[in-house]
Amino acid sequence: MSSDAMAIRTAEATGSHWLETLHEWVTTVDHKRLGILYIVYALVFLVIGGIEATIMRIQLIRPHADFVSPQVFNRMFTMHGTTMIFFVAMPIVFGFANYLVPLMVGARDMAFPRLNAFSFWLTALSGILLYFSFLGGSGLYGAGNAPDVGWWAYAPLTSHAFSPGHSSDYWTVAVLVSGFGSIGTATNIIATIFSMRCPGMTLGRMPLMGWLSLVMAGLVLITISPLTAAQIMLLVDRYLGGHFFDTQAGGSAALWMHFFWIFGHPEVYVLVLPAFGIASEIIPVFSRKPIFGYPVMVAATVGIGFISMSVWAHHMFTIGMNSTANTFFVMTTMAISVPTGIKIFNWLGTMWGGKIQFKTPMLFCIAFLFQFLVAGLTGIMLAAAPFNWQLSGSYFVVAHFHYVIVGAILFCIFGGFYYWFPKATGKMLNEGLGKLHFWLFVIGFHLTFDFMHIPGLLGMPRRIYTYEPGRGWDIWNVIVTIGTVIQGIATLVFVANLILSYFSGLKAGNDPWDAWTLEWAVSSPPPAYNFAVIPTVESRRPLWDQKHPEDPDSRYE
Amino acid sequence: MRKNSPGTEASVVAGRAAGILLLVLGLLLAAGLCTASAPSDNPIPNIFDPQSTPADSLFHLSMFVLVICGLIFVVVGTLLVYAVVKFRARATDSTHEPPQVYGSTQIELAWTVIPILIVVVLVLATTRVIHAVQDAKKPPNVVEVIAIGHQFWWEFRYPALGVVTANELHIPVSDPANPSPTFLKLLSADTDHSFWVPQLAGKTDLIPNRVNEMWMDPHRTGVFLGQCAQYCGTQHAKMLLQVSVDSPEDFKNWVNAQKQPARLDDSVSAGRKVFETTACINCHAVAGTAATGRFGPDLTHMMSRRTIAAGAAENTPENLGMWIQDPDMIKPGSLMPAMKLSDADLDALVRYLGTLR
Amino acid sequence: MSAISTPIRQTPESWRLPYRGKVGMACLIIAESAIFTIFVVAYLYYAGRSLSGPTPREVLETPIFFTICLLSSSLTIHFAEKFLVRGGRGAFLGFWFLTILLGGLFLFGTGEEWHRLIYEHGLTISTNLFGTTYYSLVGLHAFHVTVGLIMLSIVFLFGLAGRVGSEQSARVGVLSMYWHFVDAVWVVVFTVVYILGR
Repeated sequence: MSSDAMAIRTAEATGSHWLETLHEWVTTVDHKRLGILYIVYALVFLVIGGIEATIMRIQLIRPHADFVSPQVFNRMFTMHGTTMIFFVAMPIVFGFANYLVPLMVGARDMAFPRLNAFSFWLTALSGILLYFSFLGGSGLYGAGNAPDVGWWAYAPLTSHAFSPGHSSDYWTVAVLVSGFGSIGTATNIIATIFSMRCPGMTLGRMPLMGWLSLVMAGLVLITISPLTAAQIMLLVDRYLGGHFFDTQAGGSAALWMHFFWIFGHPEVYVLVLPAFGIASEIIPVFSRKPIFGYPVMVAATVGIGFISMSVWAHHMFTIGMNSTANTFFVMTTMAISVPTGIKIFNWLGTMWGGKIQFKTPMLFCIAFLFQFLVAGLTGIMLAAAPFNWQLSGSYFVVAHFHYVIVGAILFCIFGGFYYWFPKATGKMLNEGLGKLHFWLFVIGFHLTFDFMHIPGLLGMPRRIYTYEPGRGWDIWNVIVTIGTVIQGIATLVFVANLILSYFSGLKAGNDPWDAWTLEWAVSSPPPAYNFAVIPTVESRRPLWDQKHPEDPDSRYE
Repeated sequence: MRKNSPGTEASVVAGRAAGILLLVLGLLLAAGLCTASAPSDNPIPNIFDPQSTPADSLFHLSMFVLVICGLIFVVVGTLLVYAVVKFRARATDSTHEPPQVYGSTQIELAWTVIPILIVVVLVLATTRVIHAVQDAKKPPNVVEVIAIGHQFWWEFRYPALGVVTANELHIPVSDPANPSPTFLKLLSADTDHSFWVPQLAGKTDLIPNRVNEMWMDPHRTGVFLGQCAQYCGTQHAKMLLQVSVDSPEDFKNWVNAQKQPARLDDSVSAGRKVFETTACINCHAVAGTAATGRFGPDLTHMMSRRTIAAGAAENTPENLGMWIQDPDMIKPGSLMPAMKLSDADLDALVRYLGTLR
Repeated sequence: MSAISTPIRQTPESWRLPYRGKVGMACLIIAESAIFTIFVVAYLYYAGRSLSGPTPREVLETPIFFTICLLSSSLTIHFAEKFLVRGGRGAFLGFWFLTILLGGLFLFGTGEEWHRLIYEHGLTISTNLFGTTYYSLVGLHAFHVTVGLIMLSIVFLFGLAGRVGSEQSARVGVLSMYWHFVDAVWVVVFTVVYILGR
């Protein structure tokens, strides 16, 4: 012990302390550090993706603007989508799962710590590869540079005939490699949950965040792989002369669409399930009640996981499938609203009869409930295929999915930050700045995404770098752009809060929120080994049992 | 743990939810008033302004779905607002935790069964409309059009009528008593596109190596606007659509005029020579001449069109000259090459093209 | 320092959870199955749709011998595992080597078939839809066989050095799971390519 202390002092004296820290972080296999790495990485790309969005919104603030050329704009929406999905949303949910799952199930680390690190670095480096395309996507005149084929990279737009140069290859390889990282993390989550729960923690006593991470990870295994397969096929087409999507040789453009959306739809559930998990941890604590209907919530989660595999072609209602196929996908898509709605009702039931505390984490989760309700309802509208024939490919869809990803997922993520930052750092985030962040973001979010529905209803397609005046779209685009700026400011407030609170936030202690799951039993931040003694649990809320030994949960479950 | 001042946040949250709904609905109505000088008597391609049977069916289904969703929003939203207001922690509360309720089988059943019923109703209503639109029988009196999507323009062929044109579609109005709808076959020469004229029909994609079909039977004459709705490359944004719905008389006249070969006018023979000896004929066709290229739009009657470059510019001599000399000024990234003609050649050429009525 | 003050108990004997190695490999197998499924779907979708070039019926010869080799290797690896659990290192090494041999023979057979297809029949990955889907699907499988053989060889070398005993049987079992998966995929690929696809 003392020799370590001396070593550290010596290191400090010689000033190589920061190098040691850097080395520790780069070579870490600790799930908590990897979780933080994932999250910080995602935040950096969130800002970059936000800049790309802002560039687009400035271009679209008035018709026939020339803030950027069509080529640059097309790269912006491609990179914005790809970045936000693969290098912001995925890493952030993996980061939260990485940090929380071992702590919540009473384990010392993930099942495969080295695989964990390997998966993170695969994802991190592939993000850098994608952005290297701005410099390295050289090729024929006018064709190099960042990819500009949309984040779905529909064939045959991605064939050499229509995408010369290497820009599409950067998209393909970066996303392909990050997919391997995702499969690695998913494997880790599943193995940790099945093989490393502490004694007494049956699957039925695991926190809902655990269940939602488990189903999410299961989905990742079967949903990333179709995209991986399709991308391998695309590379075969582009470099080995293959014809998978070569319509001139009898290939099918629709086949790419099927493969992509077999990935693409469950992917959004991969993103939203951890957000549900965060809400399912925060809402009970700040309502001072257990989650309402735990078994039903688990069943609904598993149901969503299964049904989500069968809805993919609702992204393809306009491609000319026959009426039978369209009807099938209408049925499955509408069916998935049932377990999803059940979840909303159960969160409502949790708050009902409680004593709701309006701390920042709960504010974000309450906004999530309203916004997810709206997002789900616009989803039902899109599920009605004939209505979809008008709405698809328009700004209505863009508004809908941003309502889900920003209004539901990002809001829960923000809530999760305010809730678990104290655990990870030992400091509370500033409540005042938190509330400022919340209200600014709510205003900006609604300005942008409520009004964005309207140009869609008035015929404005998506992925256009400019539009004609006089179609009734002009004023709405202005409002949408203004909201973007406000959201940007709110995000800066958030980042400032993170940095300021890290250095001078109030001390948090083990359990600042008076919560009930195992992560609150250890110090803030937890020691590297998490638990000195692996706990034994007897109910879903082990800390409730501890704090209320006269009335433990185990009596009622 | 500190308690917050109760009421303020909750009431603002409550007001926000209801307010947003009203605001959106109100603004939707106001949207119709936002017009400017426009190339058409129907400048706003509003999906809630159907002018043809398929668009009508979609509209009615949309209204039905909107009403149901609106009701769900009001009911669930109200419950959420109520919960947030009524069950907020108050400063006067004791420190006891509230009753710890774990669940209720009856309630779970209720809020499972009711949504299932709603879903069944919605699925049935939707299925009916899907079949009505997609499986509609072709009546005897049809106008058949083949639409071929190109990067970044529309080719329209009327095989039975012997007409080939581009970008601006003419179809006859359809009398409900004796319908004469237009059925389109949708093909693509290169990447994916999508034909979307909201007031006349839902969109259908044009996909290479695949034949899609759609139909429309507009109920009144007029000009309706739309554009490509599936990202197809750099100039996807300027692949505009214009559909002129003509009276039967006007449509007949239009067809007859389009069927004629190109006008021969000796006064522009210099320009015609420029056209026929430079690369123009590799891509463009002018019926009755040596020009039979199909990569670009058919120019036989190009002066009968209001715009050039699929709606990117008005069809004027100045714009035409600019388009030929430097297309990037109008539509950067389009596949029209810069012809780099001398001023004299360009002038003659534009004059020649001006005779192609 | 843990603040939880539950009394220290012995881990109850009844608290048994699955071995994480097996769970991890099961996850990998699920993901890989999904990838193979997509390639199979593409193969079946494009069956008979090539616009030109050789058809399966014209050029494919059913590789019965090499298939028997590969499927038998599942049997030999199973025996190897069983012997290792009981501590029979010699028998383990023998059967393990046999597995590698049989797998290697299979790869050789694939190589031979491809050589024939390319040089005698002019069928390459860029010839037509059949060529593209065939080489991709069979090639993806052969790639997985190759990776498996490399892993098996590494274990074999460790085994020769005396480092693989019954304590390692769980880990060896994980690798053996992978090998069984590779064989199962071949059953599917074989059925799709040489039976259904013709």
